[in-house]
Amino acid sequence: MADDDRNRATSDADGLVRLPADPDIGQSARRRARLEKVLGILSPLLILVLWEIVVRAGLLDARIVPAPSMILETFKSLIESGELARHVGVSLTRVFVGLLLGAMPGLVVGTLMGLSPMTRAIVSQIVASLYPIPKIAIFPLVMAIFGIGELSKYVLVAIAVFFFMAINSFAGVANVERIYWDVGRSFGVSRFRAILTIALPGALPMILAGLRLSLGVSLLVLVGAEFVGAKSGIGYLVWNSWQVFDVESMYAGIIVIGLLGWAFFAMLDELERRLVPWAPSNRR
Amino acid sequence: MPPNPKKALSIVEPAATVDPGRSTVIRIAGLSKRFLTARGEFEALRGIDLAIGEGEFVCLLGASGCGKTTLLRILAGLDRHTDGVAEIRAAQLGQPLTSVVFQEHSIFPWMTVWDNVAYGLRARKLDKAFVRERVDFFVHKVGLASFARALPHQLSGGMKQRVSIARAFANDPEILLMDEPFSALDEQNRAILQEELLRIWSDTRKTVVFITHSIDEAVFLADRVVVLGGPPGHVVMDARVTFARPRNAYELRALPEFGALVADFGAHIKAGVNGRR
Ligand SMILES: Nc1ncnc2c1ncn2[C@@H]1O[C@H](COP(=O)(O)OP(=O)(O)OP(=O)(O)O)[C@@H](O)[C@H]1O
Ligand SMILES: [Mg+2]
Repeated sequence: MADDDRNRATSDADGLVRLPADPDIGQSARRRARLEKVLGILSPLLILVLWEIVVRAGLLDARIVPAPSMILETFKSLIESGELARHVGVSLTRVFVGLLLGAMPGLVVGTLMGLSPMTRAIVSQIVASLYPIPKIAIFPLVMAIFGIGELSKYVLVAIAVFFFMAINSFAGVANVERIYWDVGRSFGVSRFRAILTIALPGALPMILAGLRLSLGVSLLVLVGAEFVGAKSGIGYLVWNSWQVFDVESMYAGIIVIGLLGWAFFAMLDELERRLVPWAPSNRR
Repeated sequence: MPPNPKKALSIVEPAATVDPGRSTVIRIAGLSKRFLTARGEFEALRGIDLAIGEGEFVCLLGASGCGKTTLLRILAGLDRHTDGVAEIRAAQLGQPLTSVVFQEHSIFPWMTVWDNVAYGLRARKLDKAFVRERVDFFVHKVGLASFARALPHQLSGGMKQRVSIARAFANDPEILLMDEPFSALDEQNRAILQEELLRIWSDTRKTVVFITHSIDEAVFLADRVVVLGGPPGHVVMDARVTFARPRNAYELRALPEFGALVADFGAHIKAGVNGRR
C-alpha cells in the first residue's frame, strides 16, 4: 500500500517528491481483523442457507439430504428427549478414559525412547511396525479379549492414542537441544530433575501436538467401533439412525461429531496458550 | 598484583606458572583429547600444560577450531580427556567446582529470568530463603530486576546473556568458565557487559577462564592470556597482562603498550595456525 502511495506521490517542478503521512496507526488493520472474524462466521451460515434453498427447490432428494431446518428440528427433539446428551456422554467417557489409559503409557514410553538410545533401539522397530495398522482393524480382536462391554472401547481408544503420544513425545524429547542438557549437566542436576526441568518442558510443544492428534484419532476410532460394536454412543446413533432410515438423526449425529472435534481443538488451543507461552505461535 | 601499569608484558613460556602467593586451582599436565569421527581419530588437544591460580582472570585465545571449547568442556566435566592430568582443587566440599556461561543462548526458554538464575541453586536443594536472597541479588546485579518475571523471549540478546552470567555467578562455583559469552553482542552491549563482568568479578574474586576471539577483549579483561595453536590444540603463548585495576577501557586502549600486546598476541595466534599447516 505504501508503495502505491509512493508511485502516486505528487512531485513539483523541482522534482521534490512529498512522502505522504498516514494518520491511520492500525485502525484499518483492526477493522480488517474484525471483518475476517465476521466472514469466518458468515461463510458457514451462507453454505447452510444455500443448502436449504437447494433442498427446498427439490434439486436434492430430501430423503437422503434433508434441509438444515429439518435437521435442526430433529436436533431439538433429540436434545429435549435427553437422548443426544446420553449418547454424547457415553462417547465422551469412552474418549477420555481411553485417552487417559493410552496417553500416560505413551508419554512414558516416548520419553524413555527419547532419553535412552538403548530403549529406542529395542522399542522403535516394534512401534514403527504396529503404528500403521488401522486400529479399527483390531477391534474384533480387542472385543474377543476384553469383551463387548465398555472395556473394549477404552482399550481400542487407548491403543490408538498410545502410538501418537509415544511417537510425539519421543520426537519432542529427542529434539531438545543439546545445549540445554549441557546446562543441566554443568549444574550437576540429577537425572530425575533433568527430566522434569529439561526433557519434559522442552518436549511439551510436541507432547501437546500429540495430544491434539490423539483427541482426533480417538474420536475417529471410537465412532468406527460404535458403528459395529456398541448399543450407545454417538457412533451408534449415526449407524442406527441410518439402519432405521432416520436420516435427520444421522445428520444430527454427524454434526455433533464435528462439533466435538472442533471443541477438542479449541480446548487444545487454550491449553497450549497457557502451558507453552514461550512457543513462537503463542508469544505476545 | 604488581601495581605497575607500564610493565604490561611478562611472557611465561613455554609452560605456565602461577603467581607466587596464589594457590593453584587448576592444574593441567600433558593433557590430550582425541575424538573418534567418521574419518578416523581426530586429535583436538595435544600435550596441554597449564596451571591457573586462585582468583586469576585467564583469557584463552586461538584460531577457530584449535580446541578452546574442547578444553573448556573438559574443565566443566562435560567431556573427558583421553590422556594426561586435569585437576581442580576444591576449596570447600559441597561447593560446585565450575559453572559455565555458554557461547550459544543457553537459558531455558520455559523458565522466567528468575527461575533461570535460580536453576543451579535449586538443583543443590539449598535453603529457600537463601536461594531467594542470592537470586534477587544477582538478578539485580546484572540489571534485570524489573524483568525477573519475564520469559526469555521477551528479552534482547544482551539481556539473555546477562541472565546466563547471573546464573553462573549465583551458583557460586570455584571457577567460572565462559565460552565467548559476548561474541554475539554489538559493540556497546559488549563494552557494558565487560565492565559489569569485571565489577562482579572484583567483588567475588572468582577464578575465571574466558574464551574469546577478540584480542582486544582479552587484553582488557585478563590477568593472563593463553594463546592456543592447532589443531591439535597446544599452548603457543602464555603471558601476563599487568595493567592496574580497575581498568578504564578508553584509557587502556590509548596506551602504546596495549597496542603492542594486541599485535603480539595476534602474531602468536597466526603462528599457531601456520605452524600446523
Ligand atoms: N564431538 C566432537 N567430535 C569430533 N570432533 C570434534 C568434536 N568436538 C570438537 N571437535 C573438533 O575439535 C576441534 C576443536 O573444536 P573446538 O570446538 O574446541 O574449537 P574452538 O577452538 O572452540 O573453535 P571456535 O573458536 O570456532 O569455537 C575442531 O576441529 C572440531 O572439529
Ligand atoms: Mg568454541
